[in-house]
Amino acid sequence: MKLDSKIPAGPLAEKWTKHKFNVKLVNPSNKRKHTVIVVGTGLAGASAAATMSELGYMVDAFTYSDSPRRAHSIAAQGGINAAKNYPNDGDSIYRLFYDTIKGGDFRSREANVYRLAEISNQIIDHCVAQGIPFAREYGGYLANRSFGGAQVSRTFYARGQTGQQLLIGAYGALSKEIKAGGVKMHTRTEVVDIVVIGGQARGIIARNLVTGELTRHVADAVVLATGGYSNVFFLSTNAMNCNASAAWRAYKKGAAFANPCYTQIHPTCIPVHGDYQSKLTLMSESLRNDGRIWVPKAKGDKRPANLIPEDERDYYLERKYPSFGNLVPRDLASRNAKMVCDEGRGVGPTGNAVYLDFADAIKRLGRDNIAAKYGNLFEMYNRITDEDPYTTPMMIFPAVHYTMGGLWVDYNLMTSLPGLYAIGEVNFSDHGANRLGASALMQGLADGYFVLPNTINDYLATAKLPKVGTDHPAMAEAETAAKEKIDKLLSIKGHRTVDDFHKELGHLLWEKCGMGRNAKGLKEALEKIPQIRAEFWKNVNVPGSADDLNQALEKANRVADFMEFAELLVRDALNRAESCGGHFREESQTEEGEALRDDENFTYVAAWEFQGLDKEPILHKDELVFEEVHLTQRSYK
Amino acid sequence: MSEKINITLKVWRQNRGEEGRFEVYQAQDIDTDASFLEMMDIVNEGLTLAGKEPIAFEHDCREGICGCCGALVNGKTHGSHEQTTLCQLHMRKFKNNEQIVVEPFRAHAFTVIKDLIVDRSGLDAIIREGGYVSVKTGSAPEASTTPIKKELAEAAMDAAECIGCGACVAACPNGAAMLFTAAKVSQYALLPQGHPERTQRVKNMVAKMDELGFGNCSNEYECAVACPKGIDVKNIARLNREFIKASLVK
Repeated sequence: MKLDSKIPAGPLAEKWTKHKFNVKLVNPSNKRKHTVIVVGTGLAGASAAATMSELGYMVDAFTYSDSPRRAHSIAAQGGINAAKNYPNDGDSIYRLFYDTIKGGDFRSREANVYRLAEISNQIIDHCVAQGIPFAREYGGYLANRSFGGAQVSRTFYARGQTGQQLLIGAYGALSKEIKAGGVKMHTRTEVVDIVVIGGQARGIIARNLVTGELTRHVADAVVLATGGYSNVFFLSTNAMNCNASAAWRAYKKGAAFANPCYTQIHPTCIPVHGDYQSKLTLMSESLRNDGRIWVPKAKGDKRPANLIPEDERDYYLERKYPSFGNLVPRDLASRNAKMVCDEGRGVGPTGNAVYLDFADAIKRLGRDNIAAKYGNLFEMYNRITDEDPYTTPMMIFPAVHYTMGGLWVDYNLMTSLPGLYAIGEVNFSDHGANRLGASALMQGLADGYFVLPNTINDYLATAKLPKVGTDHPAMAEAETAAKEKIDKLLSIKGHRTVDDFHKELGHLLWEKCGMGRNAKGLKEALEKIPQIRAEFWKNVNVPGSADDLNQALEKANRVADFMEFAELLVRDALNRAESCGGHFREESQTEEGEALRDDENFTYVAAWEFQGLDKEPILHKDELVFEEVHLTQRSYK
Repeated sequence: MSEKINITLKVWRQNRGEEGRFEVYQAQDIDTDASFLEMMDIVNEGLTLAGKEPIAFEHDCREGICGCCGALVNGKTHGSHEQTTLCQLHMRKFKNNEQIVVEPFRAHAFTVIKDLIVDRSGLDAIIREGGYVSVKTGSAPEASTTPIKKELAEAAMDAAECIGCGACVAACPNGAAMLFTAAKVSQYALLPQGHPERTQRVKNMVAKMDELGFGNCSNEYECAVACPKGIDVKNIARLNREFIKASLVK
């Protein structure tokens, strides 16, 4: 495998414009002769499917949900960044680019990030035209707020439901194209394999989740927009059905997987409260605009928050990072919460929580103002915990939230498997080792509305695409393999449930490859994962049948992939002996306990090539070349 | 503080193409901090280990925003009428030794697929008739070109909060999708971006609603009580206004 990032030559600010001119185009009347499969209908998938259909391509779109409106993009609360500089506070495309590169701890590609910043403004234009009810000022103009890791206000938002509104916008565009006949929508249908013919991705095998039927679909290109792999940890803020299966199966068919160890632990989630817990709930980062994070100064101080006097509280983020305070990037906020809890200063019944206190903000701005800004979040918190954040400080703790790693892609968003594209969270490209708040929505929509529809032409116009049908032997082979796997899962009839195994795997990862990682723990995990996997295949109990709606089987199929994927995640974490962004190797820290990068040895994207399950994958180092920015130790002091 | 409670669950079980029936299960030692769906998870783990098929129910985000979950719990959509989705309902709302009856959403236009899972694809079909602004990617003007009064943007957002769960349909004695449809029609009636297509939008969406077997509105307002997002019935009045206006346009 040879990786070529295909970054266009020339000055950074001109690369994208030049590239759009240089890509080959497909004649309008020829576009309808090309079919493109899009897997996943979240922000990236829905926007890509709709836009490609508008251009004239025939699109087959797939989602495992009952409707394309359900994808987990919907749960993004805080907002979407753009370099509009409406508040006149010094923002620019260059600043958004720089903040994102720096926020990612200098582990992303300059050219990709610059393009993202450049496109950010078009996204806002498009979404406003779609009738998305963004927050506005009294004068009728768009409102902005600030977000972690930035010193300007560049985040556009629709109350605490920005992801929902943007997704419904993309779903509207998709609905328009389904109606127009350009998109064929397959709901309640899950991809079980990618089909490669003549070295090109030419289709998928899917399973109808209602009837259990396996179906074959051919296309000229396949686009994965299947999201991240946070659920490998069992407990995460991702939706219950989010999974890594499509990406993992693509990896096994020849697409390189990049930087799987880059996982984002979000600082403001509701703490874990019981072993029956199925998922964690995020409280928007925007709360850090007005909430102050603290713990007691003394270890083991179990007094209720209101009985701890001001001078016995440690507002540790404000103390350690005076210029960014509570608005430091997510990785720093999370790591510091873990540190104070490890010191024995955590609060709440488990000691694994810190306070997020709104008392000062309520005093300063009034309860009504706070309610207008965060009312729905406070209500959600109250519903889950039965506590009132207006009178008692919230308790929060970090939780796995987003994964920066993903399928390796070039500048065109094509994976190392020709004809297979990866957009949105499933690719690795734009966030480096740490994603800044309000950047996920930006990337998903940039990829789907503006990047992919411009770059996929190049492949469709130039690749040799011999005609294949669903009767091709590779199709039959992939279908048989999928069927065998399903039958095997159903036949084990063991003594442990799928969830039970998933919890065991997730717990191991959280302990050994969570917020802090070291070589010893990672090696232990590398030994343990194959054991859990072996037991899974001997002792899992999957009830029901293959030709019916069977949620346990769906889950078993996904967890079986997590069991394999987890090993790659840990292997990557072990290989990267430096700390960067969300990847904190305890062996590599400054005297003050901050992440210490090793630019000399690790300024590369770690792209892994599958060699077989019982063989070590090959590591390809895709070097990161910085022409524009100087690598510095990140400082938010 | 949380405590442990025992619950008797009477749950609707139904396979594709078969008649349904109630079955009774015990949920033991349930933590009152657990969510309703986590209680269901515990029951399902038990059923699986006992060699029975777990109860099929739809769910995804478990944060009250994706709109996947929903069932009638003791006759109420989402189990409570306090603007809560089923996933955000917690066991502290129930008493020790209580019996809870769980059924799928019932409506003429929602057929049962399995157990508590129903087919709500009719809602997508209504949206496809015009529940959007027909703007192609690339053709938008600068975002700040058209100022929009804050009050209008807020009212549009109130309507846009709909999560498409279908509780309004299930709560309506006529099985109408009026609140759902009205929320979308209202969002675009309130915002200038929606105006060029407003006539066709309301006509086509209402026609599709009728065609799919959703009932008519007889002003019961059960929908607004059931809505987990508090969508106001005023939106239905706005839909009616839009509809009448549209019918006067040639």
